[in-house]
Amino acid sequence: MLTAPQISYSLLAPILIVLGGALLGVLVEAVMKKGSRAAIQTAIAIGTLVLSFAYLIRIHGQSSKTAAVDSVAIDGVGIFIQGTILVLSLIAVLYIADTDNFTAQASAVPGSEEERAAVVAGKQQTEVFPLTLFAVSGMLLFPIATDLITLFVALEVLSLPLYLMAGLSRRRRLLSQEAALKYFLLGAFSSAFFLFGAAFLYGYSGSITLDGIATAISANSANDVFLLIGIVFLSVGLLFKIGAVPFHSWTPDVYQGAPTPITGFMAACTKIAAMGATLRIFYVAFGQAEWQWKPIILTIAILTMVVGGIAAIAQRDVKRMLAFSSIAHAGFLLAAVLALNTDGLKGALFYLATYGFTTLGAFGIITLVRDSSGEVTDLNRWVGLGKKSPLVASIFTLFLLSFAGIPLTSGFIAKFSLFTGAYESGNTVVVVVGVLTSAITAFFYLRVVVMLFFTDPKSDSVSVVIPSIMTRAAIAICAIVTIVLGVAPSLLLNTAQTFATFIR
Amino acid sequence: MTTSSNLVYLIALPLFSSAILLLLGRIADKWGHIVATLVSASTFVIAALEFVSMRQRTGDARAVHQDLFTWISVGTFNVHASLLLDQLSICFVLLISGVGTLIHIYSIAYMSHDHDRRRFFAFLNLFVAAMLLLVLGDSYLNLYVGWEGVGLASYLLIGFWNQKPAYAVAAKKAFVANRIGDVGLSLAIMIAFAQFGTVSFTGVAAGVPHASPAALTALGAMLLLAAAGKSAQFPLQSWLGDAMAGPTPVSALIHAATMVTAGVYLITRSNFVFDASPTAQTMVLIVGGITLLFGALVGTAKDDIKKALAASTMSQIGYMILATGLGPVGYAFAIMHLLTHGFFKAGMFLGAGSVMHGMNDEVNMRRYGAIGKVMPITAVTFGLGYLAIIGVPPFAGFYSKDKIIETAFNAGGTKGILVGGAALLGAAITAFYMTRVIVLTFTGTKRWDDEAHPHESPSLMWIPMVVLAIGSVASGFLFNSGHALVNWLAPVVNASGEHDAKEFLAPLTVSLLALGVVAIGVAIAILKYRSNVAVEAPEDVSILTKIVRRDLLQDDFNDRVLVRPGQALTRFFVAMDNNFIDGIVRGVGGVIAVSSTNLRKIQNGYVRSYALIMVIGVLALIATIWMVTL
Repeated sequence: MLTAPQISYSLLAPILIVLGGALLGVLVEAVMKKGSRAAIQTAIAIGTLVLSFAYLIRIHGQSSKTAAVDSVAIDGVGIFIQGTILVLSLIAVLYIADTDNFTAQASAVPGSEEERAAVVAGKQQTEVFPLTLFAVSGMLLFPIATDLITLFVALEVLSLPLYLMAGLSRRRRLLSQEAALKYFLLGAFSSAFFLFGAAFLYGYSGSITLDGIATAISANSANDVFLLIGIVFLSVGLLFKIGAVPFHSWTPDVYQGAPTPITGFMAACTKIAAMGATLRIFYVAFGQAEWQWKPIILTIAILTMVVGGIAAIAQRDVKRMLAFSSIAHAGFLLAAVLALNTDGLKGALFYLATYGFTTLGAFGIITLVRDSSGEVTDLNRWVGLGKKSPLVASIFTLFLLSFAGIPLTSGFIAKFSLFTGAYESGNTVVVVVGVLTSAITAFFYLRVVVMLFFTDPKSDSVSVVIPSIMTRAAIAICAIVTIVLGVAPSLLLNTAQTFATFIR
Repeated sequence: MTTSSNLVYLIALPLFSSAILLLLGRIADKWGHIVATLVSASTFVIAALEFVSMRQRTGDARAVHQDLFTWISVGTFNVHASLLLDQLSICFVLLISGVGTLIHIYSIAYMSHDHDRRRFFAFLNLFVAAMLLLVLGDSYLNLYVGWEGVGLASYLLIGFWNQKPAYAVAAKKAFVANRIGDVGLSLAIMIAFAQFGTVSFTGVAAGVPHASPAALTALGAMLLLAAAGKSAQFPLQSWLGDAMAGPTPVSALIHAATMVTAGVYLITRSNFVFDASPTAQTMVLIVGGITLLFGALVGTAKDDIKKALAASTMSQIGYMILATGLGPVGYAFAIMHLLTHGFFKAGMFLGAGSVMHGMNDEVNMRRYGAIGKVMPITAVTFGLGYLAIIGVPPFAGFYSKDKIIETAFNAGGTKGILVGGAALLGAAITAFYMTRVIVLTFTGTKRWDDEAHPHESPSLMWIPMVVLAIGSVASGFLFNSGHALVNWLAPVVNASGEHDAKEFLAPLTVSLLALGVVAIGVAIAILKYRSNVAVEAPEDVSILTKIVRRDLLQDDFNDRVLVRPGQALTRFFVAMDNNFIDGIVRGVGGVIAVSSTNLRKIQNGYVRSYALIMVIGVLALIATIWMVTL
């Protein structure tokens, strides 16, 4: 006899709410008049995310492995990551709501008559809101998925909308479309690796669940080619999304081409979701095989830190610089994968949250610095911004200092607790390299600070637009969180400590 | 230990109001001073309520504790941001909020013509918040935050009129001298952590019996260095005179009544360290003794009324430091003198401000004379403060200073005679220079120009002066009746509450002796300055007078011994840095920049290259894993 599967809808509600909001958004696109869509879509997106977060708070502290027939795990890490993603998505939506960043009509050929007509008609491509919500739903599922099929589905659900969103920039549309296509091609390439890896792991263990793989590993300690190839291929898919070297090449191009609010969203939320999934897979499924995979993750972590840190120095474009900085951060985060202990996990959770706020804040500032033809991302034209707009330059400096890990910003505490965890587990090498590359990265952040404040402005320099109230609120939240968590880290660190458990 | 959730408001209210006044800017110009004064008054009300409820409890329940949040948690090192209000801190909290409020009120009138009055009040509130945090923190690290905060507020207020370069320089001097003391405090915190693994007062106190004498001496010496910086004690005393550049209410509040006494608080709070280390305690005695004579001597030659009072402050704090160096019996008397001094010195500073207010900001006493007739209230309140500081019974200073002299003599042996003698000599010189101030300012013949029109100050200014004068008259008697303050503080400072058995001199003998030397000092001053005071300071004076006028060469000493060698060393380091270290850094930077440029070439923008890099990466990974597992 066949019994109906048990689904705990209440535990899945945060994801379902976001999916519902996304569907609602699609309906709005179909039904409502063009003029009123933007406001309604903004309201739906914000309402959905708030509701989902509220529901998440309701179910926090619960744990279940069987919420959806053994394919997701509701546990501390999962809920913490989901909560972080929801809050950061909310901030990203506040940026996205400033629709001046998005093309009037994505289907129009760049520079064509049709495009000009769309601009004159005041059209807006408001599909970006439901796309964001679809991506968020994938991101919510990715870090809690416990079988390879669900993981793959979540990966695709979060990726496909992002490919589209990357191509929606209002200005420099060719660059934006090129970024979208590159992201899509390379993303598809890495997804194939991921799927291939999943097949190998199934071949090795006869199971698609993380538990099943872990059981197979502990039962059979022999070196198995299927397991090793499976781990490598699966990692490629994950490391691609995190932006680890050598699977990082897409990052600078896509970060530069995508509309800045989307770049911020990708840099913060995608990385967090992918890191959450990576932590779960390596802690839960591959934990027993650590001697096999640690050398490669160690190599990748070191490569990522070094390449990210060094390449950032030569960048002349602020978005590309932040892209390489985010690559370096991915390397630091991999130290937590190596740590394989609760301290490392705690550090990673705290790091992800603080990094997300700082990143979104920094990209928010970039949307403000413009000239007549839109955002100016050429660093040479940011020279002397501190004299023109001291407030904006100071807040950007705060974010840069946090990236660099200077004390009294959240970035310092994040690096400190992450490296502590890695050091205690005996991964001295990665910690030493991490600290040294932190010094290198501090160099390019401080170089920007010098440009902002201690160099005289040039004649063709830029102006700072007065941001909308939502952008202002978003930047303010990010700045406040960056300072508060630097001064009183225990506010979040204790929470991260409580939530740093996987259900096995 | 009682817990309470009200303590945080003592700090949060003034901090918040300070932030509001600074952030709102000119919008708050019209009402900023009123808000700041009300906030300061409300901290006093909270303090008074806490005091009343503390008196109703007994024993250990008197101390109130409030845990705010975990500030730092690293391995075994845990620091909570938490507040402690015990019998010692309530004395300070009442003094800071009470005198602070009076001075807020006074400043409304004193600063009424100033364009930036709102900013001034914002800084005053900031000071009150930081000072309250200093005395309420329950660990050295929490104290340190307040310690730095008052340093900042002091710097901002000394340099408040920073459009005058000399004032900005004075602020910088105070800041630098304070930094040296601050380094001492941070070193003390590090020693405490290294020795005891904790920086809370209770934790350190519990660890002291097991610590080595050398460590305790080092800890005590560093705490003393910190105290010397903040309290303008030898050898870090030179900043206080210049700090008089700040508006006079600031001199009264920060550089007389409260902040400069933070060093006395620190030593009293750390009594367990000093009681366990006789060497450190002796150092405290020496520093206190030298400073009380140093300050008194400098005070005899000052023609600037505020600088004369500043020298006197330095000397009186020397008395307090001396008392803390006398062990458990001395702490309570140090605090008693600190409190009475808070009244009479703040009162006299406000009086000086009142005179300056009426005399177009003239500070030279040689151009005063006969002001008592035109400013009667100022003259009377100042006079009461004067009687208190020279120690005439039954005014406040008599009780507190006599106790210190008496305890000093009772320390026994040569030590007792030395410190007791110093304290007694100091009392004589104090009587001399304070009488000089009074005679030059309020009596004699008028020496001011006809352009000055001295007049009594408005009521907002004289009411605080009257309140402080009442304190100068009555506080000593109140504190001393039935050993009230000694018994109150006994649980904190570990004193038995009884007098030391061995008495070198009877209390009455000490009192008579002290009164005798005071009378001599007063008489000499009156004879010398009764008449014929030159408007310009005479130049044909003895070399000794010249030295005293130059503040006993303190600045010359600092310049020759510290500043010039320091500058030479700095030049050497700069050259070293430019040529050698920068060379290395540039070399490393060059290598990194070149690799960075090469890395950029890989980032060529072609999807096919990116995919190829990925494939090579995958193959390399498989190869790595293969080799590792073989």
